[in-house]
Amino acid sequence: MTKLRLIALLLALVPAIGLAAGAGPKLETSGTDLSDKASLQRGAGLFMNYCAGCHALSMHRYSRIASDLGLSPELVEQNLMPAHAKIGENINTGINTGDGNAWFGKAAPDLSLIARAKLGGPDYVYSYIKGFYIDESRPLGWNNTVFPGASMPNVLWDLQGIQRPVYDQGADGQSHITRLELSSPGRLSPEEFDRVARDISAFLQYVAEPAALKRESVGVWVLLFLAFFTFIAYLLKLEYWRDVH
Amino acid sequence: MANMISRSVEGVVGWFNERTPGLIPAYKKHMSEYYAPKNFNIWYYFGSLAMLVLVNQIVTGIFLTMHYKPSAAEAFASVEYIMRDVEWGWLIRYMHSTGASLFFVVVYLHMFRGLIYGSYQKPRELVWVLGVVIFLVLMAEAFMGYVLPWGQMSYWGAQVIINLFGAIPVVGVELTEWIRGDYLVADATLNRFFALHVIALPLVLLLLVVLHLGALHEVGSNNPEGVDIKKVKDKETGIPKDGIPFHPYYTVKDLFGAGFFLIIFAFIVFFAPAMGGWFLEWDNFIAADPMVTPAHIKPVWYFTPFYAMLRAIPDKLFGVMVMGGAVMILFLLPWLDRCKVKSIRYRPMLHKVLVALFCVAFVILGWLGAQSGSDAQKLVAQVLTAFYFLFFITMPFWSAMGQTKAVPERVPSHD
Repeated sequence: MTKLRLIALLLALVPAIGLAAGAGPKLETSGTDLSDKASLQRGAGLFMNYCAGCHALSMHRYSRIASDLGLSPELVEQNLMPAHAKIGENINTGINTGDGNAWFGKAAPDLSLIARAKLGGPDYVYSYIKGFYIDESRPLGWNNTVFPGASMPNVLWDLQGIQRPVYDQGADGQSHITRLELSSPGRLSPEEFDRVARDISAFLQYVAEPAALKRESVGVWVLLFLAFFTFIAYLLKLEYWRDVH
Repeated sequence: MANMISRSVEGVVGWFNERTPGLIPAYKKHMSEYYAPKNFNIWYYFGSLAMLVLVNQIVTGIFLTMHYKPSAAEAFASVEYIMRDVEWGWLIRYMHSTGASLFFVVVYLHMFRGLIYGSYQKPRELVWVLGVVIFLVLMAEAFMGYVLPWGQMSYWGAQVIINLFGAIPVVGVELTEWIRGDYLVADATLNRFFALHVIALPLVLLLLVVLHLGALHEVGSNNPEGVDIKKVKDKETGIPKDGIPFHPYYTVKDLFGAGFFLIIFAFIVFFAPAMGGWFLEWDNFIAADPMVTPAHIKPVWYFTPFYAMLRAIPDKLFGVMVMGGAVMILFLLPWLDRCKVKSIRYRPMLHKVLVALFCVAFVILGWLGAQSGSDAQKLVAQVLTAFYFLFFITMPFWSAMGQTKAVPERVPSHD
């Protein structure tokens, strides 16, 4: 009874937690699946073709991509690597930081850990890729809903098409972007482009934490062992404690 | 054959016994003839679990130091090297990072146990005081360990915490430079924190744990009833009637507890190592950059209650004093409590309500310390900080109030 009253008292205080602060930009659910090897392979291909020109994955090696994604080293060498690179090397980019800063205002960041560094992880990457829109006020003509003022142009415009923002008058009298509208279609349908964004997000999620590919499958065995161990330990405890009353 | 083996074992044991001050007596005193109350409940697992986590931190820490580079230029990349290129390095690193957080979970619960069962009361004041010293050293150990991955939160967290010493009048600024070894957090800071985290503080921790246990075993363990089991001893053997030898009774029981704990531990390590940003923070996956200040600097969850208190006070020096005082006041607990009984079970309703409110206040402060700190949050933090201190400061009065229930002579028996 006393305990119940205490618990009721504690619960009565929970509303104090409700004084929460607002979160960051609204993110779309990426739906990435690390067990989907084909998706990761497509993501690797897309990244190397569209992103790796500027963005390095300097913590990761080409050879890890080969072994983790079930690709032969030859395949990786021929399709995913620049001509000068060696299979055991880390994935660097040809643009140096000074040039990057001069050309874009800010050099393209290393993306090795981007999917772990941003709140939302792969959802952030997914929403960012899909968040580009035309904005004549920006130096390169592009802006982004997830990262306003991003220096990066939409390198996937050819696939996605061109988006324009739709504004709405907010309660505070300022106009906000409510959604993006496809003003001229790209080579892919919106569904096909969603898959492109999802594959790249999944690939970057994998690169941010290669261990994620196997830690859960190892974990199942560890938990099974520990459950068995704990059960035996419990029986042992019962046996030893039979004479304690 | 069996006879021969037992005789040779006896021979070896005897040989050592004649040449040491007392390995066998020590084993008897602390294990096989240490009589602990038979009625320990779930709250009594956390002491042995804290030791388990300490061992985990030391063993995984040794392997991490084999690959980690304590230099500002290499530290961040060396952690990712461990995560990718070192065989099972990710497992070692997650065990260490998860262990750090669970160390505090276990220690907070262990301290809470002491609070509700009055385990700090006479004659166990020194056990409690040593425990608070361990808590202080553990906080320093965790803080310095958190700097080592050299991510953005490592760097800026260190900057903020070290700058707190700058609030001290006259010597403050020089003191912060002395701690950092530079004008800002830099390579020199990382190097000395590595030395302190890996060698100095673990040695101190181990010594303190030995003293904590030594002090406990001298006076004997308390229990959920707060009954003094040494009052009723068997006339012939002199053994407390409600006591059972620690080994094998509590060694097998703690083995079960360890198994249960390891299931939770392994679940986090394998299925949620970042714990949604609570154990491994998002910003700490960005390398330290002295030129870019993160939008929102906050410590890891286990420091957030104290951080909320710091932020609640507008004046820097007073804020630092309040934050430090929040830990220091714990030292006084054995002398603030004037209640005749130990355990919460025999205390009046008033005590139960105040202890419950204290817990709620502490948890909400922890949540507030992780938030951005709006004006409304600051106000709540101020109220709760005031309550935290009032709980202790007014304890000599309220702990003497109300009608306590009669504590039985013996621990109640079960079938």
